[in-house]
Amino acid sequence: MNSLMLPLGLLLFVSPDPSDTSRKIISLNPVDYAIVAIYFVMVLGIGFYLKRYTKSGEGFFLAGREMTAWVAGLSFISANLGALELMGWAAATYQYGILAAHWYWIGAIPAILFLGLVMMPFYYISKTHSVPGYLKLRYGESARGLAAVMFALMTLFMAGIDMYAMALVMKVVLGWDINFSIWVSAMTVAVYVALGGLFSAIFNEVLQFFLIWLGALLIPILGLIETGGWSGLVARIHQNFPQGDFTHLWGPMSSFADNPMGIHWTGIVFGLGWVISFGYWTTDFLVVQRVIAAKDIRAAKMAPIIGSYFKMAVPFIVILPGLLALAVLPFHLVPESAVGPGQHSYNEVLPLMLARYCGPGLLGLGITALIAGFMSGMAGNVSAFATVWTYDVYRPFIRKIASDAHYVKMGRWCIIIGVLISIGTAYLVMEFKSIMDYVQALFSFFIAPLFGTVLLGMLWKRVTPAAGFWGLLAGTVSSITMWAIVKADHNMLAYIALSPNAKDMAENMYRALWSWLICVIVTVAVTAFTKPKPVGELTGLVYGCTELPSEGHLPLWKRPIFWAVISATLFVILQMIFW
Amino acid sequence: MAEDHHIIPVWFFVGVILFLYGLLILGSGIYQVSHPPATVLAHLRPALWWGGLLAIIGVIYIYLFRPRKS
Repeated sequence: MNSLMLPLGLLLFVSPDPSDTSRKIISLNPVDYAIVAIYFVMVLGIGFYLKRYTKSGEGFFLAGREMTAWVAGLSFISANLGALELMGWAAATYQYGILAAHWYWIGAIPAILFLGLVMMPFYYISKTHSVPGYLKLRYGESARGLAAVMFALMTLFMAGIDMYAMALVMKVVLGWDINFSIWVSAMTVAVYVALGGLFSAIFNEVLQFFLIWLGALLIPILGLIETGGWSGLVARIHQNFPQGDFTHLWGPMSSFADNPMGIHWTGIVFGLGWVISFGYWTTDFLVVQRVIAAKDIRAAKMAPIIGSYFKMAVPFIVILPGLLALAVLPFHLVPESAVGPGQHSYNEVLPLMLARYCGPGLLGLGITALIAGFMSGMAGNVSAFATVWTYDVYRPFIRKIASDAHYVKMGRWCIIIGVLISIGTAYLVMEFKSIMDYVQALFSFFIAPLFGTVLLGMLWKRVTPAAGFWGLLAGTVSSITMWAIVKADHNMLAYIALSPNAKDMAENMYRALWSWLICVIVTVAVTAFTKPKPVGELTGLVYGCTELPSEGHLPLWKRPIFWAVISATLFVILQMIFW
Repeated sequence: MAEDHHIIPVWFFVGVILFLYGLLILGSGIYQVSHPPATVLAHLRPALWWGGLLAIIGVIYIYLFRPRKS
């Protein structure tokens, strides 16, 4: 049904089935449309304004490397606040309870702090423009080419996921046709990123950061007022769902069968907390690019640490609404594949909660927050894709010698073309039963082995260029093979995830862990039989061959390590509170 | 950031959009005093105080980060 035919002010929660009239319907007020419209005008205006500052490659692809720690830090987190964070994890919380918070805490904080304290100095001092660019400096052209192609593929898939989620929100909340939503959001992102490059993406991500928080914050505030605080929330969940434990992080993880996710704590700690998390936060160029754009090495180290505090707080606007839905909604949500007349799917939990508490004006702000979240994720993907394609594929393999202006032009075109390709991937995503499981599968294909390659390269000077390439290739191929085996015969999941009670999410954790291990083992084995680079060529790239700037002259409160320790302490306290 | 190029700070744009949103939501909240929406906890007037908060934050950001000739 094409709801654009509906007059403004008519309502929301339109079912994909036009004959289904039993869903809740909410009127949109003109003030809500004004708020959404202002947002689109603002992001496009910023793109046009910044175009004049992005005429050079450094300006377009790296925002001139002059971001402060705060701007880079907020952008770092905002680029990650895409469709997954808002819709996906609220939905996952309704399914799995507070276990979903693992993806924000153990699945993020240690890795972000490690990035800031240990890895950023090498990314920054080497003056690389991208993560594949670092691999070129450390291992050579073949490792760079492999990583660049893998990253480009993953990025476009991710952008497709963002678009799909965006269109889903538009369908459910605004009643817009899903195809129209995909094209409007994608073209808006294409225009503002193509105009202002990374500058524009970062500016808009900071803007989006505020909108996301201020738009989504009312749900948990009003929700906790309604339930009478945390204890009231827990009591209501137990009353509505007496059979499950939705409010403990670690207690139900002692066996695969004790929690709705079907995963053991070893999978969370080693698969998610170590391989997937460290892989994503330290080697995914989508987020690392924001930090590489920092103005100096201290800002580059502080940016992820600042981001860690906000990442730790995101469950307040994502996980808590999912828990509140378990407590206050008068009906039960169902999987997307099982939605019948009058029912809503898990994926609709956030819009449902928004509609519950927000009247005219606030509803527009909340919807804008969702749109902002989706667009920031999409913009992050396409800006990172443009950089990697231009600098790590086009320049080394297609056109080695050209002017800076030519590469900037190529970057602008890549954004347009990349958006078009990801529109195609959005339609692919629709075929998958769960957004979350699909994304986890993608992460474990590419990110886990890449983390092994980058980590060994940074910390061990003996690793050879050939070992870097073959380790990365072996890890990636093994990951895809394990995924294909389970797809062909689901009984194989019991072997990969080490338990007959394991579910899909557990498979992703363990597949990531095995592929990382295979990458590391192959890398070490090949290193033993091949020739390393001379130490002189590893300066600025490897621990032990690089002189890191001292921070001894700074007062304690200005040192990154000081803020990292506080962040780590808060992280531990949260685990204990919700154990 | 970007002071070398005299780029308007991103915080200024943040202030502008928060101020505009604050005004719209505050206006909507005032209207809702006499025409409350059919939402849970509408009697707490969330639009009124949230709109006011956004407008105040917006004004502060606009003032602190307004473009200035250097």
